[in-house]
Amino acid sequence: MSNLAILPIIIPMLSGIIVAFTNSNVAVTRLLTKLFSIISLLVSAYITYSVFIDGTIILETGDWKAPYGIILVADELSVLLLLTTNIIAAAAAFYAPQSLSLRQENHYFYTFFFLLITGVSGAFLTGDLFNLFVFFEVLLMASYALIVLGGDKVQLRESVKYVLINLFSSVLFVTTVALLYGVVGTVNMAQIAERVAEVEQDGILTTIGILFFFVFGTKAALFPLYYWLPKSYIVPNPVVSALFGALLTKVGIYSILRVFSLIFIHRMDYTHDVFIWIAGLTMLFGVIGALSTNNIKLIIAYNIIPAIGFIIMGIGIFNQDALSGSIYYLIQDMIIKSALFLLVGVIAYVAGTSDLKKMKGLLHDHPVLGWLLFLSALILAGIPPFSGFIGKLLLLKGAFSADEIIIAIIALLASLLILYSVMKIFIRGFWGEKDESLSTTKKASAGMIIPIIGLLAVAVFLGIGAEWIYPAIDGVAEYLLDPQLYIDSVLKE
Amino acid sequence: MEIIILILAGILFATAIYNLLQKQLLRIIIGTVLLSHGAHLVILTMGKLKRGNPPILDDAVTTYTDPLPQALILTSIVISFGITSLLLVLSYRTAKENNTDNMEEMRGETNE
Repeated sequence: MSNLAILPIIIPMLSGIIVAFTNSNVAVTRLLTKLFSIISLLVSAYITYSVFIDGTIILETGDWKAPYGIILVADELSVLLLLTTNIIAAAAAFYAPQSLSLRQENHYFYTFFFLLITGVSGAFLTGDLFNLFVFFEVLLMASYALIVLGGDKVQLRESVKYVLINLFSSVLFVTTVALLYGVVGTVNMAQIAERVAEVEQDGILTTIGILFFFVFGTKAALFPLYYWLPKSYIVPNPVVSALFGALLTKVGIYSILRVFSLIFIHRMDYTHDVFIWIAGLTMLFGVIGALSTNNIKLIIAYNIIPAIGFIIMGIGIFNQDALSGSIYYLIQDMIIKSALFLLVGVIAYVAGTSDLKKMKGLLHDHPVLGWLLFLSALILAGIPPFSGFIGKLLLLKGAFSADEIIIAIIALLASLLILYSVMKIFIRGFWGEKDESLSTTKKASAGMIIPIIGLLAVAVFLGIGAEWIYPAIDGVAEYLLDPQLYIDSVLKE
Repeated sequence: MEIIILILAGILFATAIYNLLQKQLLRIIIGTVLLSHGAHLVILTMGKLKRGNPPILDDAVTTYTDPLPQALILTSIVISFGITSLLLVLSYRTAKENNTDNMEEMRGETNE
C-alpha cells in the first residue's frame, strides 16, 4: 500500500527509458507517450484520492527506519501538486507532436520530457534534503537538454546562461545542505525540524534559512534573482516553455513553502517578514517587465514572475487564509501558465511572428484562439467566477487580517497590470482590420487547440468548483501551520 | 584542521566567483569546476575531519569517520561531472554557432 508513493516517480522514469528505445519510430513513440502520460495521470489521481481519504502515505525505501533511510512523503500538499503536474504533462504530451519538428522528436525529446516529470514528481515527494537536491538535478539536467534541443543560435546562447545560473545555485544548495548537516547532523527533513525546534533556531540556523531562501529563490525567479528567466524561457519550443513555466519555478516555490513551514519557523521576524517585501518587489518588477515588451512570448514569460510574488506573499504572511490562498494560487497558476504558453505558441505559429506590432485582426480568421486568449486573460487576472479570483481573495483576506495593507495594495495593482499586459495581446493582435499582408494560410490544428481547451477547462473548474476544492486546500493550509503533524507522521515512535 | 580546510574552500569559492565573472566562456567553466570543488570540501569538513578510521567495517576498529558526507560528496561529484561535460559541449557549440566565446557579445538583439 505505501508503495503507491513511488509510482509517480517510477512510471515516468520507466516511460522515459522505454521511449528511448522506440526513438527511431516516431509514430510508436508518440502513441506510447500519450498512453504513459495518461496512465501516470490516472495513478496520481488515485494517489491523491487515497491520501485525502486515508491520510499521508510514508514510504521508507528499503525498509530502513525513518531518519536513517530515504523516505518519500506523499502528504496532501505533495499529491495536489503531483496531480497538477500530471495534468500539465498529459496536455503537453498531446500538444507536442503538433508543435515539434520531426528532427526534435527524433532526438529523444520524449525521453527528456519524461525525465523532467520524474524530477518534478520526485522533488514534490521526497522527505530528505539531499534527495531533494538530487531530484532538482534530475529535472534540471532534463531541462538543459530540452532548452537546447534544436540547436538554434539563440537557443544555444540563452541555454549557456540558463545552465550557468542553475549550476551556481545548485552548488550553493549542496553547500547549504552541508552547513545544515554540520549544525543538526541529519538530512532528513522531519528530523531536522525536530532538532531545530529543540535549539529554537539560533543565529546560524537563521543564516542557513536565508541561504536556502536564496537558493530556492534563484530557482523560483524572485526579485532580485529573476533576471535569467524571461529570455531563456522563450527560446525553446512552446511546449517546452509551457513545461518550464508551469513546473520549474513552482518546484522552487514548493521547496520554499516546505522548508519555511516545517524547519525555519521559529524566527519569523527575520525570515518571513523579508518575504513580504520581496513579494511586493517581485510583483512590481515582474509586471513592469511584462508591460515593457511587444513580444507576446516574452509577455507571458514575464507574467510568471508576479505570480511567484503572489505565492511568496502568502508564505510571508503565514496565517491560515494566506497559506490556503498561496496553495490555491500555486495550483491554478501552474495550469493557467501552461495553457497560456501553449496558446501563445499557437498564436505565434499562425501569425508567423511573435512581434505584437506586426499582427492585427487575427480574430477574423482565428476566432477560437482569440476567445481562448480572452478567457485565459480573465482567469489569470482573477475576474470573479474564475480560479485566479479565489486564490487572490484568500491572499488579500490573509493580508488584511495580518495588517499588511501595503502588500495588499501592491497585489491589487499588480493584478490590474497583469490584466492589461495580457489584454494588450488580445486588443492589439486580435482586434482591428484584417491584415492582408499577414500570411494567414497556417491554421491551428485541432491537436493544438484541444490540450489548451482541456487545461482551461481544469482552470475554470478550479474557479467554479471552488466549493468542493476549497475545504481540501484549507485542510492543507491547516496541516502546514502545524509542522508537528508532518514530524509525527514521518518519525512515528 | 577544519579551519584550514574551510579557508581553502573559501579561497576556492573566491577564485571561482572571480572566474565566473570573466567574459571568456572557458574561464567561466573553470570557475564552475572550482566552485564545485569548494562545495565538496565544505561537505567533507562539515562531517568533522580526522575522527577515526576509514568507514570500512573492521572488528578491531572502534571509531570511524562519518560515512554520510562521503556518500553525499560522491553523488555530488558525479552530478557536477555530468553537468560540466554538458557545459563544455554546449559552450563549444555556442562558440562555434555564434562565432565568439565572449559573453559580452552574446546579448542578442531585442525582440528576437
